[in-house]
Amino acid sequence: MLKMTPLNATHRAMHAKMVDFGGWDMPLHYGSQLDEHHHVRRDAGMFDVSHMLVVDIHGENVRGFLRGLVANNVDKLTLPGKALYTCMLNPEGGIIDDLIVYFLSESWFRLVVNAGTADKDIAWITSQANRDAPHLTITPRRDLAMIAVQGPNARTKVWNVITGAQAISENLKPFQSATLDSYFIARTGYTGEDGFEIILPADDVVDFWQKLHTAGVAPAGLGARDTLRLEAGMNLYGQDMDETSNPFESGLGWTVDLKSERDFIGKQALQQAPVKQQLVGLVLLDKGVLRNHQKVITQHEGITGEGEITSGGFSPTLNQSIALARIPAGVAIGDQVHVVVRDRQLAAKVVKYPFVRNGQALI
Amino acid sequence: MSIPAELKYAKSHEWVKAEADGTVTIGITQHAQELLGDMVFVELPEIGRNLAQKEECAVVESVKAASDVYAPISGEVIAVNSELEATPEKINQDPYVAWLFKLKPADASELDSLLDAEGYGQLLESEEH
Repeated sequence: MLKMTPLNATHRAMHAKMVDFGGWDMPLHYGSQLDEHHHVRRDAGMFDVSHMLVVDIHGENVRGFLRGLVANNVDKLTLPGKALYTCMLNPEGGIIDDLIVYFLSESWFRLVVNAGTADKDIAWITSQANRDAPHLTITPRRDLAMIAVQGPNARTKVWNVITGAQAISENLKPFQSATLDSYFIARTGYTGEDGFEIILPADDVVDFWQKLHTAGVAPAGLGARDTLRLEAGMNLYGQDMDETSNPFESGLGWTVDLKSERDFIGKQALQQAPVKQQLVGLVLLDKGVLRNHQKVITQHEGITGEGEITSGGFSPTLNQSIALARIPAGVAIGDQVHVVVRDRQLAAKVVKYPFVRNGQALI
Repeated sequence: MSIPAELKYAKSHEWVKAEADGTVTIGITQHAQELLGDMVFVELPEIGRNLAQKEECAVVESVKAASDVYAPISGEVIAVNSELEATPEKINQDPYVAWLFKLKPADASELDSLLDAEGYGQLLESEEH
């Protein structure tokens, strides 16, 4: 039996093509994935992301517990409402999940974790808390829903729907959040566009979705979400990283704080492990479409190496195929590599990603 | 679902049109394009290539996936719709107009091994259950 978000019947009424996404019955598209992609880049689209899990941690000195739990440093969070993107590592430095941590008060932090890893995350966080901070309360919030409204006009359209939202959210910088009654409004997203991710009671989400739709926000499915995040160079857990890869091999070195003296789970392993691989962007030079798991053949200092595409696809904004690939360290930006597509080797160029931000091509 | 009565169909979701001059025109069905979604790339066979029945000979790729196209009957490729290389979305717009390639059949009796519209309709129904 597939799990359903509170918007399941709404998606079906809007003629969504539904797919099994990690055990959740989710909309893939509502007609055309390409149209939905362009709508987000050019105007405003909305995604039901209620399959993701909000986890609230309450109690004395939540910050102290999170200092040890995640690889980024929660001491960067000084202003209430501020958010931090981080990995949660196992002792070997492998990535258990990537998540966002919101600092709401010293006795209340909020995590948003991936759907497919939610049960594993809760078990892990609970076991760590039982050992290090048994006084904390860890609450998975399946009573909440979440909608991402993304695009250059997303914020304005949200303001037209939620009375009073503009006053509390127009000065939010990226990765800041504010609360208005039962709405938790964060200026975050997974598309490379401006917008909000809004957390609200599950009972209110159908009404809110319909109001956004009336205000001109187009529904967008997981298909567009994937092409948008790939263009934006954002990792997808389970594809671009998992427990067998560490942040340095996953393009996420910038989220790991090794400078501070604090210890965190996985730190020692990261300090000792040699980084043999890197995550890079690829742009296909030949005709075709790059796909997940295709083999990449590289050359570096005369040595032939091998890598793999972790996320490949067609970029609607660039009108060509792009990918994230894990390849040997040392292969440089601008180098040419070859990707094995069916019985052929296609030429691709190694590029720095993101590929697209705020509607603009960067490559 | 539109299944034109004048066409023949392969179980792998290609349509075949028998032309008056004895050649055949081949494309993918409405069902196939709906399943794949927005098309972004088409790889067509080389003109002059001799295909066996059921041989992989073209690839259509949507945003979602790559899908092989099989020769519904054996024959020599005599034309390809190279316009699709720049405008693959035409397959989504009308899959029965946006043909992929034309064959000169090696054995016209192989046409009898294909499904008619009714048979293809039944196949789609059975695949849904």
